[in-house]
Amino acid sequence: MSGHESTYKPETGFTKWLDSRLPIVRLAHDSFVDFPTPKNLNYWYTFGGILAVCLVIQIITGVVLAMHYTADINQAFGSVERIMRDVPYGWLIRNIHMVGASMFFLAVYVHMFRGLYYGSYKAPREVLWLLGCVIYLLMMATAFLGYMLPWGQMSLHGANVIINLFGAIPLVGESIQSWLMGGPSVGNQTLQRFFSLHYLLPFMIAGVVILHIWALHVPGNNNPTGVEVQDTKKDTIPFHPYYTVKDGFAIVVFLIIFAVFVFYAPNVLGHADNYIEANPLVTPANIVPEWYLLPFYAILRAITFNIGPMDAKLLGVIAMFGSIAVLFLLPWLDTSKVKSMRYRPVAKQFFMVFVVVCLLLGWCGASNPDNAVIAMGKDKLVVNYTDSAGLEGSRVFEEFAPAAQFRDEQRDSGGVASMAIEKAPAFTFKTLSQILTAYYFAFFLIILPVLGLRERPKGEPDSIHQSILGHDAPAAAPAE
Amino acid sequence: MSASDTTAPDHVDEERRDFIHIAAISATVGGAGLVAYPLVDQMNAAGDTKAASSLEVDISKVPQGGEIRVLIGGKPFFLRHRTPEEIAAAVNTDASKMPDPQTDEERLVALPDGTFNPAILITSGACTHLGCVPVGPAQGNVGDYGGWYCPCHGSHYDTSGRIRKGPAPKNLPVPDYEWVTPALVKISL
Repeated sequence: MSGHESTYKPETGFTKWLDSRLPIVRLAHDSFVDFPTPKNLNYWYTFGGILAVCLVIQIITGVVLAMHYTADINQAFGSVERIMRDVPYGWLIRNIHMVGASMFFLAVYVHMFRGLYYGSYKAPREVLWLLGCVIYLLMMATAFLGYMLPWGQMSLHGANVIINLFGAIPLVGESIQSWLMGGPSVGNQTLQRFFSLHYLLPFMIAGVVILHIWALHVPGNNNPTGVEVQDTKKDTIPFHPYYTVKDGFAIVVFLIIFAVFVFYAPNVLGHADNYIEANPLVTPANIVPEWYLLPFYAILRAITFNIGPMDAKLLGVIAMFGSIAVLFLLPWLDTSKVKSMRYRPVAKQFFMVFVVVCLLLGWCGASNPDNAVIAMGKDKLVVNYTDSAGLEGSRVFEEFAPAAQFRDEQRDSGGVASMAIEKAPAFTFKTLSQILTAYYFAFFLIILPVLGLRERPKGEPDSIHQSILGHDAPAAAPAE
Repeated sequence: MSASDTTAPDHVDEERRDFIHIAAISATVGGAGLVAYPLVDQMNAAGDTKAASSLEVDISKVPQGGEIRVLIGGKPFFLRHRTPEEIAAAVNTDASKMPDPQTDEERLVALPDGTFNPAILITSGACTHLGCVPVGPAQGNVGDYGGWYCPCHGSHYDTSGRIRKGPAPKNLPVPDYEWVTPALVKISL
């Protein structure tokens, strides 16, 4: 926490000499050794450390992969296959990088939901939250750029779909689109710039992470009670060894899960289509982004109606970017004075629904919008025919065999007949994603602002210290 | 200059100072703009990319009822040889009720002698929704209207490449092309 006095005492001649010239050891000591940290942090608070590890893993494996990768549309796919087959341990390094992207997002989502639940975005931590949102945006950009590099079918067509989103912007959309692609289509020039930027952005993330930690260390950590530290002696413990060990343990558990994916299921989170080399003439049947972007993809596709002069495509793009933009406004949207949802009985329930909504949006993003979530009745077959006398008509069948027989009979007798599927009325993924999208925005724009004024918080402790005593022994009889 | 200065000058020429501030800031902003322009513009299409933006295609080998697909500058284009039934379906449908009304003739380019060859339909191969490449007769799915079907988000195009159903807002665009001979067509981006 800022304002806490430095306890670093250089011992040797060299450290004294260094401390008066570049007090970097002092900075590290005050930030990660004797940093007063609330003593009630639970395991949800270990994901910051886990994320730092993820970033380091991605940068190290990425730098190594770049030694073998060729950013050229004729060689990119082959160079990735060469990494997998011929480069010593190339398969391992690439699998780590590929799985690492998913693990990075898994951790960041836990980290964000934790911040949301414990109100870590509220004063005095707004800037901390905003910097986190910037990191998240940079992560999404980096992941998107990186997914294009293997030059598989999903790489090319996924990039194409996303860049086409910019075409929805009125007036300047098409210029922006061709500026991003560097030509009329996603081609070699696009791959080269994507590689360049994919290499750059992680270092920008690292830069913003430093600001993020700086902004964390000014007000100090939030904690599960949401009550600020009042008495450093009673409410806090030093970061080392207490939280270095706790974070360390969580990192080990996380890395075990990571390793299970790397060694046993490296491709389970990806798409098989990306092992087909990119072909601009054939679009894969089901273009979907990687799992961590699916909720936003569902929001994009949920908007299928026009409002006034704005068409569905533009509105979908606005909704998708809006769903991220709304995170930046969150510190000012939530009006509640109580930070932690532990003591907000109603907000807690809305929050749980919100988590489920985000997961379901992911499910919708992965599914065909026209497919049924709940079918109401069976699909039917309709045979439209014009008989030899020129009369038009149609007949509906439940089963294929009689429908086909009827069609063939019509054709044999000199008429024209064709068969089509008539979908049964159903509750489709499109409708579901529209409902979920509505909740997503309502949670931030209506529920949190209104609830903060209406809700009666319950049982907030006076201090961190007291909240912990309450767990083990009655506060009236403190143990000596 | 703050008031705490011990040796304040008798006279400060504020106007002259303002001028220096404004001039310095303008020069910096202008300079930054001049530096930024080439750095931004380098991402636009390069000369060789622009140069590879037209193609001459021989349409005489396209089988009736089939199509060929060509890439120009990486963009896909469809050249379809329509059957008489497909032409009839495209011509006889009332275009005014379509999402993007266009008659079939508006989607063709006249030969040098002013006549049309309705058998050959040339369109862009990028769905106007999000740029996927629709499937057609060669892939065994022509959608509900006999033209093309986009598998990404379910847009149906008719035998004139007009959007009939689904999220795509516009018809498959007709590229700039001209007939070099009745069998040779030059398509430009």
